[in-house]
Amino acid sequence: MAEHEFDVVIVGAGGAGMRAALESSQRARTAVLTKLYPTRSHTGAAQGGMAAALGNVEDDSVEWHVFDTVKGGDYLVDQDAAEILCAEAVDAVLDLEKMGLPFNRTEDGHIDQRRFGGHTRSHGEAAVRRSCYSADRTGHMILQTLYQQCIKQEVEFFNEYYVLDLVLTEDPQAAAPGAEVAVAGVVALELSTGEIHTFRAKSVIFATGGAGKVFKTTSNAHTLTGDGMAIALRAGLPLEDMEFFQFHPTGLAGLGILLSEAARGEGAILRNSEGERFMERYAPTIKDLAPRDVVARAMANEVREGRGAGPNKDYVLLDLTHLEPAHIDEKLPDITEFARTYLGVEPYTEPVPVYPTAHYAMGGIPTNVQGEVLRNNTDVVKGLYAAGEVACVSVHGANRLGTNSLLDINVFGRRAGIAAADYANATAEAPELPGDASEALAARVGQLKATVGTTGAERIAELRKALQETMDRNVQVFRTAESLAEATGVIEEIKGRYANIAIHDRGSRFNTDLLEAIELGFLIDLSEVVVAGALAREESRGGHYREDFPTRDDEKFMVHTMAYVGADGVRLDHKPVVVTKYQPMERKY
Amino acid sequence: MTAVAETPANAGTVPTIEVTLRIRRVDPEGTEDSKPGEEYWSQFTVTAHATDRVLDALHKIKWERDGSLAFRRSCAHGVCGSDAMRINGKNRLACKTLLKDLNPARPITVEPIAGLPVEKDLIVDMEPFFASYREIMPFLMTSGPTPERERLQTPEQRARFDDTTKCIMCAACTTACPVFWTDGQYFGPQAIVGAHRFIFDSRDEGQWDRLEILNDKAGVWKCRTAFNCTEACPRGIEVTKAISEVKKALTTGEI
Repeated sequence: MAEHEFDVVIVGAGGAGMRAALESSQRARTAVLTKLYPTRSHTGAAQGGMAAALGNVEDDSVEWHVFDTVKGGDYLVDQDAAEILCAEAVDAVLDLEKMGLPFNRTEDGHIDQRRFGGHTRSHGEAAVRRSCYSADRTGHMILQTLYQQCIKQEVEFFNEYYVLDLVLTEDPQAAAPGAEVAVAGVVALELSTGEIHTFRAKSVIFATGGAGKVFKTTSNAHTLTGDGMAIALRAGLPLEDMEFFQFHPTGLAGLGILLSEAARGEGAILRNSEGERFMERYAPTIKDLAPRDVVARAMANEVREGRGAGPNKDYVLLDLTHLEPAHIDEKLPDITEFARTYLGVEPYTEPVPVYPTAHYAMGGIPTNVQGEVLRNNTDVVKGLYAAGEVACVSVHGANRLGTNSLLDINVFGRRAGIAAADYANATAEAPELPGDASEALAARVGQLKATVGTTGAERIAELRKALQETMDRNVQVFRTAESLAEATGVIEEIKGRYANIAIHDRGSRFNTDLLEAIELGFLIDLSEVVVAGALAREESRGGHYREDFPTRDDEKFMVHTMAYVGADGVRLDHKPVVVTKYQPMERKY
Repeated sequence: MTAVAETPANAGTVPTIEVTLRIRRVDPEGTEDSKPGEEYWSQFTVTAHATDRVLDALHKIKWERDGSLAFRRSCAHGVCGSDAMRINGKNRLACKTLLKDLNPARPITVEPIAGLPVEKDLIVDMEPFFASYREIMPFLMTSGPTPERERLQTPEQRARFDDTTKCIMCAACTTACPVFWTDGQYFGPQAIVGAHRFIFDSRDEGQWDRLEILNDKAGVWKCRTAFNCTEACPRGIEVTKAISEVKKALTTGEI
């Protein structure tokens, strides 16, 4: 075992982690621990853009952006946080440009902007050009630019170090309200050697990304297994609003690979098997550019009512054929190549088969606007921060608007980086790591490795498939008490079988078999929380749609869900939504 | 890889095929059948769909047959750059190579990318590769006060370096380069692509510093224009052209 000590430890090197590192490493001694090489992070898969009311191509205002974000989130957004997100958006974009990000440009040389779902002028009048973009690889350019700046600043990375335990000074559930609970550090597995490392730190920032792999059909990378969320949950911390998962309307049918909403922003149209532009019926004003929850539901409904396209009538069509090929090549080169490579479809001349794909967790580790992690509705864990998809601030409420996540990682990654470094600098010494800090992980690894050669044991891949399939079948766009009860039963069964899994790799170096076993454990824990929250929320709001409760119920449910896991399983509580300016209204587009 | 479905497939269903993968492997700790560090080949025949990726076949092997098979992967659709490997002798991304596009009559060989130390099976040590990238100062360099708003850049200026912004640092180009294989000093094509992206960015003022680095004996003059890099790039970047543009800038002193 090796021991390290830093002022600030950042877990995860995607957009939020590296944006935090750029701030933190200027102020305090910082280490970035990452399961993947930084440039492999899934921020790089984001396509369409980053929202900011620059007003470079038409009138726009921060206030309109706030309104759209609150309405898009179906009024579950904490409005104070959304105000910060949208107000700081302009500088967040300009900062990236100054770091060298190659945005697309207007004829006069300014950052170009385009339309995106749910972003409107004058509170819903018409779509507005708010997304700052770099072709359809904006996330790639953000990840590259932040990594380049980290190289310039000589940020210290621990690549392929997989953090698996969070060490706190007290059990956050046992500690009395108001009592001090602080972070002491993290425990990590070095993948190349199998060695366990402890990192003592005054501040820890979790920026580990999402958990899309709880579903089978997803735009998310294989590595997005909700590690940070599950580690927090196991450390006794709550997760907020986990029942709200975004299904992106346009995943490549059958594969789930993302086709950016930018396609519709550039003029593409969704059609059913009859060739009808069906979004006119569901969102008469902004049609195909309605928010993702609305479009995904409309698509699923078209398929359910028999108007799906293809031999099995199980998808709809994204039509770009009326766009000029030169325009497509300039603005949407990557996603059209995905259609060619993976479906053999030529988007110049043929419509592309698409269906909703699990895309983004609106929920996560609850934080305040400084990125500090909450251990209940009011108390923070001293020195512990979270930012990006792993966190729930909550700026996305019940449904995130497209281009608000690349914004989120930059605004709240920056804030968390500054706050974590400031806290570290104001703290004389990090709490002592207990002598047995690494023992739990060592025991877990030892236990899993002891299963090598076990006969009659369960296979990781089989259990993962069963889990993901029940989540797709029962917890996707449409949910009912019945479907959620079925999912609960299946998850319970899988949990039992997980106790009996065996791995096959006996080695220490790059034991990716062991890694997948650990990741599956995280996915099971998170699925349980997602389903419990969805079952208890007897209303429909944003990305959470209950067919047995098809309307929004503000009286009972305009509250955040706080899920805790203890010895007795999942316990649900509520946290009030922060409303500053916008009272809930009917959500029409 | 022979078709299993005897009857023509129904419209919209993809026939399954049997496909054999021969994988070059090494385990630094040794296995039941191999000594520590000893290279060996594993062969697996799996049932797959013709439209599956090589990555899907590797997963099927790992998940159903041999959990110890080690390879890197993440996004599975060609944007993260984790799974560059040598497939039938060519550098490609396993997640962007469809089984149907490979020769169906013969086993598919899968090897680690060449020229970097192999750590285990298909996993190589990427550190020397990233070290070369860091050496070319891959970040915007400017002088003078920071402007309040964005620096202006016309669409034409932006287009000048568009191609090299696509790089995902998968190392397919560098590890396809015969000079890189034999010359431990050479930066390799990717680092030059990384430099090109800034040298031809109208906002950047560090181009001459970078060009001086590339003018070094480990730099662009090592390139023998074999075009392997261009052929290997899964992003379609014209790597050799980018290198030639850097050479030309050094010769003419003009950008």
